[in-house]
Amino acid sequence: MFSDLLGIAPQVLFGQLLLGLINGSFYAVLSLGLAVIFGLLNIVNFAHGALYMLGAFAAWLLGKYLHIDYWGALILAPLIVGFIGVVLDRFLLRRLAGVDHLYGLLLTFGLAMLIEGLFVKMFGASGQPFAAPKALNGGVNLGFMFLPYYRAWVVVASLVVCAVTWYVFERTKIGAYLRAGTENPKLLQAFGVNVPLLTTLAYGYGVALAAFAGVLAAPITQVNPLMGSNLIIVVFAVVVIGGMGSIMGAIVTGLSMGVVEGLTKVFWPEASSTIIFIVMAIVLVLRPAGLFGRTN
Amino acid sequence: MKKYLAYALLLTLLLVAPLLFYPVLLMKVLCFALFASAFNLILGYGGLLSFGHAAFFGGAAYVTGHAIKIWGLPTELGILTGTAAAMVLGLLVGVLAIRRQGIYFAMITLALAQMVYFVFIRAGFTGGENGLQGIPRGTFLGLVDLSNDRAMYYFVLGVCLIGFGVIARAVHSPFGQVLRAIRDNEPRATSLGYNIDRYKLLAFVISATIAGLAGATKSVVFQLASLTDAHWHMSGEVVLMTLLGGLGTIFGPAVGASIIVTLQNTLSSGPLGAWVTVIMGLIFIVCVLAFRKGIVGELQAALRKSFN
Repeated sequence: MFSDLLGIAPQVLFGQLLLGLINGSFYAVLSLGLAVIFGLLNIVNFAHGALYMLGAFAAWLLGKYLHIDYWGALILAPLIVGFIGVVLDRFLLRRLAGVDHLYGLLLTFGLAMLIEGLFVKMFGASGQPFAAPKALNGGVNLGFMFLPYYRAWVVVASLVVCAVTWYVFERTKIGAYLRAGTENPKLLQAFGVNVPLLTTLAYGYGVALAAFAGVLAAPITQVNPLMGSNLIIVVFAVVVIGGMGSIMGAIVTGLSMGVVEGLTKVFWPEASSTIIFIVMAIVLVLRPAGLFGRTN
Repeated sequence: MKKYLAYALLLTLLLVAPLLFYPVLLMKVLCFALFASAFNLILGYGGLLSFGHAAFFGGAAYVTGHAIKIWGLPTELGILTGTAAAMVLGLLVGVLAIRRQGIYFAMITLALAQMVYFVFIRAGFTGGENGLQGIPRGTFLGLVDLSNDRAMYYFVLGVCLIGFGVIARAVHSPFGQVLRAIRDNEPRATSLGYNIDRYKLLAFVISATIAGLAGATKSVVFQLASLTDAHWHMSGEVVLMTLLGGLGTIFGPAVGASIIVTLQNTLSSGPLGAWVTVIMGLIFIVCVLAFRKGIVGELQAALRKSFN
């Protein structure tokens, strides 16, 4: 039916579209985590890429040494990395309260160097293969393209996590506290809410999201100590495009930037690695606050 | 009087240094000291954290290398061409980045620098992964052969002193005062009638230009321009040098650069070679947590305390 669309074979077009959607899912989950963390800690978490990598490594190590399968790792790895995040917040980030926000970025940058350096030292810079779960091997031929089950699962799982996060933030009591903590932490504290605990939980949750994305990515990209180091910069650009104001904004921008990137691979392959930065530059000129951002 | 004596002493030290130390290491230190000082102008005095300065450093290195090696320009003109390229790039990045503040400024400069990095990977003239190798050092004004390391050292010293001079002049001028006013209280500076965006942009362009001068000179010293110079790790390194030495102090960045460059040089040849990134990360964390004023900043604070 779609024999030839704009001179591009449909298999190529839809294949790249799917790839874009997968990358977009990672952008969405990662920028969502950054937005959650930024909201409560006022810190741009430069270590996000390193923690995403840590999630993938946690899954790989769990499988190798404890023989825990993919599904167990998908639950356990984010919990472990989330706990590491809680420890990092309690012992390091907490000390930066009241200091210029830029130091938070610098501290987490140092953390990223430390974590990535350690893993390169221990496991080498080449990737470790990580098998997708057996249940998701193979795929289905949709007529216009071949859809591998695992890739479909990545998109669905990411969307579910995004939707749950959105629901928790916008529709529940704890979400109301979190949003209040973003607006005015002092006032919230005065009402008797334990804001430091809330902040720590937010960091842990944001970091767990990164680790979750890392486990999802592991079978696709291999488990590599530097898998998050360039990704985080693209995610920063996504965050600038969307603005860190809203949960929904992060999700929508992340997904659509992935799709834009996928389409660029089809129509203008030379620009595929830079297109998101180009979009960022255009957005900065036309709407400096970002697509979903608030100016204040 | 005391001040001039100190400067004279410092200059003498710089002049005799190649007799005592390996000139190539000294030149590397000088180039990075200039790079960090240029970076300090925008972060220490302007309060804007640029995470993209590697683009100017590496960009200028490529353009200089290309100008000297392929176009056959003399060394001085090649360095000037590279520096001018960094200025143009700085203007383009600056115009976009000053549209947002604080954290966003850092992310935008980082993202734009990454875009420049990808362009360098793809562009033919950069030599891709191999970089631009075998850039001839040439001569100074056609008179002095720069392939001699000592001669090259004095040339680099001269270039860097000019760069330091420009930075010191900018910091101690009315322009520098307005810049600090903007850093400390932006709304107040606006209400006093200053066009803060223009000040920020000018500071950013000066900083990018001098960073370019440092990169251009470095490419001639090592006869190499590579992707390492433009990678965001380089942007991180210059942040670390400045932070370690002391933000917003005149000599801090140079001190920080000397320490980091020497440390990297020592570590990379020893048994700890594979741990360099980890050690840099650790220094970063310690600096941010316990040592935010940096070495020179802490010394100044201690001196002030002992006088009071």
